[in-house]
Amino acid sequence: MPEASIEFRDLTLGYNSHPAIHHLNGAVAKGSLTAVVGSNGSGKSTLMKGIVGMLKPMAGSVTVAQGTRLAYLPQQSELDRSFPARVVDLVSLGLWPRRGLLGRYRAEDRQAVSDALSAVGLGGFEKRPIDTLSGGQLQRALFARVLVQDADLILLDEPFNAIDARTVADLVMLITRWHGEGRTIMVVVHALDLVRRHFPEALLLARRPVAWGDARKALSAENLLRARQFHEAWDEDAPWCAPEDHHHDHDGHHDHAHGSHAYGATADADRRGAA
Amino acid sequence: MLALYDYLIAPFVEFAFMQRALAGALMLSVSACPVGVFLMLRRMSLTGDAMAHAILPGAAAGFLLYGLQIVPMTLGGLIAGVIVALGAGTVSRLTVQKEDASMAAFYLISLALGVLIVSLRGSNVDLMHVLFGTVLALNNEALTLIGGIAVVTLAALAIFWRALVAECLDPLFLRSVSRLGPPVHFIFLGLVVLNLVGGFQALGTLLSVGLMMLPAAAARFWTSRVGPMCVLAIAIGAVSCISGLLLSYHASLPSGPAIILSAGVIYMVSILAGTRGVLATRVRHASHRTA
Repeated sequence: MPEASIEFRDLTLGYNSHPAIHHLNGAVAKGSLTAVVGSNGSGKSTLMKGIVGMLKPMAGSVTVAQGTRLAYLPQQSELDRSFPARVVDLVSLGLWPRRGLLGRYRAEDRQAVSDALSAVGLGGFEKRPIDTLSGGQLQRALFARVLVQDADLILLDEPFNAIDARTVADLVMLITRWHGEGRTIMVVVHALDLVRRHFPEALLLARRPVAWGDARKALSAENLLRARQFHEAWDEDAPWCAPEDHHHDHDGHHDHAHGSHAYGATADADRRGAA
Repeated sequence: MLALYDYLIAPFVEFAFMQRALAGALMLSVSACPVGVFLMLRRMSLTGDAMAHAILPGAAAGFLLYGLQIVPMTLGGLIAGVIVALGAGTVSRLTVQKEDASMAAFYLISLALGVLIVSLRGSNVDLMHVLFGTVLALNNEALTLIGGIAVVTLAALAIFWRALVAECLDPLFLRSVSRLGPPVHFIFLGLVVLNLVGGFQALGTLLSVGLMMLPAAAARFWTSRVGPMCVLAIAIGAVSCISGLLLSYHASLPSGPAIILSAGVIYMVSILAGTRGVLATRVRHASHRTA
């Protein structure tokens, strides 16, 4: 079986003791391309933050394989577009993992930045101030930065929001290229047809994992219906979740990572019914 | 030609106090103006103002205990500034309160405390001195202090430049590749305090922030890159200092306000005439390009 890039062990992530990701088990194989799907509030972005380490688990753990270089493109970028920087400055930030705080940028680094810009179709945009870019151009520039980061594990949180069809097609091509290069990629996506066409695997979330595996099977009508039935709102009176219950429920599942089976769906659904 | 020499150069050649004032003011420009640029780009311009008030009780406590002496007043100001910066930063990171609100709370407490301490002993003249400084009476100690602060500031900026830019431009990205984000924020706040303390000997607690912010704000209208913006801010700061000192000398004006007002004039001109100013961006061009 393939080596794991990320491992979730009974992972619960959330805010103010309310879970946004509830008891997730499993592993993301090295070199896999996974779409993370679910309605608003189903915990997709939270899962991404958990993997990056920006959000500490409330319970359980998420382990990224040792020595993995990670690139993360958040959904709500805190990018300050009024900051006086050029496109090349923004993309050069991606050199950080290689050069760090003090390392001098070399000729090959500048070449890498310039190649990345051409690869996303922004050749010739080097000297443009970032506040003159359109939304799609900015997203292309951020993809160029991910390219420069040359990461083993790439997390993209809703990278196709408010992006026109042509740009989406270009960016998907880039993602497919990364997949071909053996990088591990997780992408939060809303467009289901896009997932079915381009993503081998999908993780369907509704706070708990509803299905995880082969994208077409995971996104079956039955699973989607089940994912839609969860309540987005916090229930202030929800009973406290007893951890020991989950352990024996899940032990059988996470040993064999995730296959193409629907993922622990019924057991979790029953438990949610109580809450 | 000779008149020009008399007017512009002679005061600095003839009088030692003018030379000291010039040296102190120029070193302050080199040090405080780039800090001001980052303060502005981080949308913390008013934080500088708040910090300037915050250092008052420390300086006043030094003044109360040791009289009008530079070392105790500086150390006191530094301690008070760091306490307020750390306090406000910590509250904003640990609670729901944003940094602007916690900073306002802390600096107001600090300011009230400072005025109280000054009034315990001093007359209004002393208070005026602390608030508005005396660039024309900089002694060797003060110059050494300002020089030291300039060296520390420039070194810190050079070392943390990339992290500072990343933290301003895309803080979330910096967090995903490095743990430097939070420390850089506090190091930067430390630099702000340090430069305000350095400035208050010359310009007073209230006006030292002026030399930090006005050149930075003016430089914003001329360039869209950080590096050149810092250099330009330093140049604007230096020109303001020279013109302020000359104004003060020839027209017998108080030197601190003269320097800051000079910077203010440059700021006003930049708003109008800068390459990214009102005239260049608002005036409709008669023709436009096809693409």
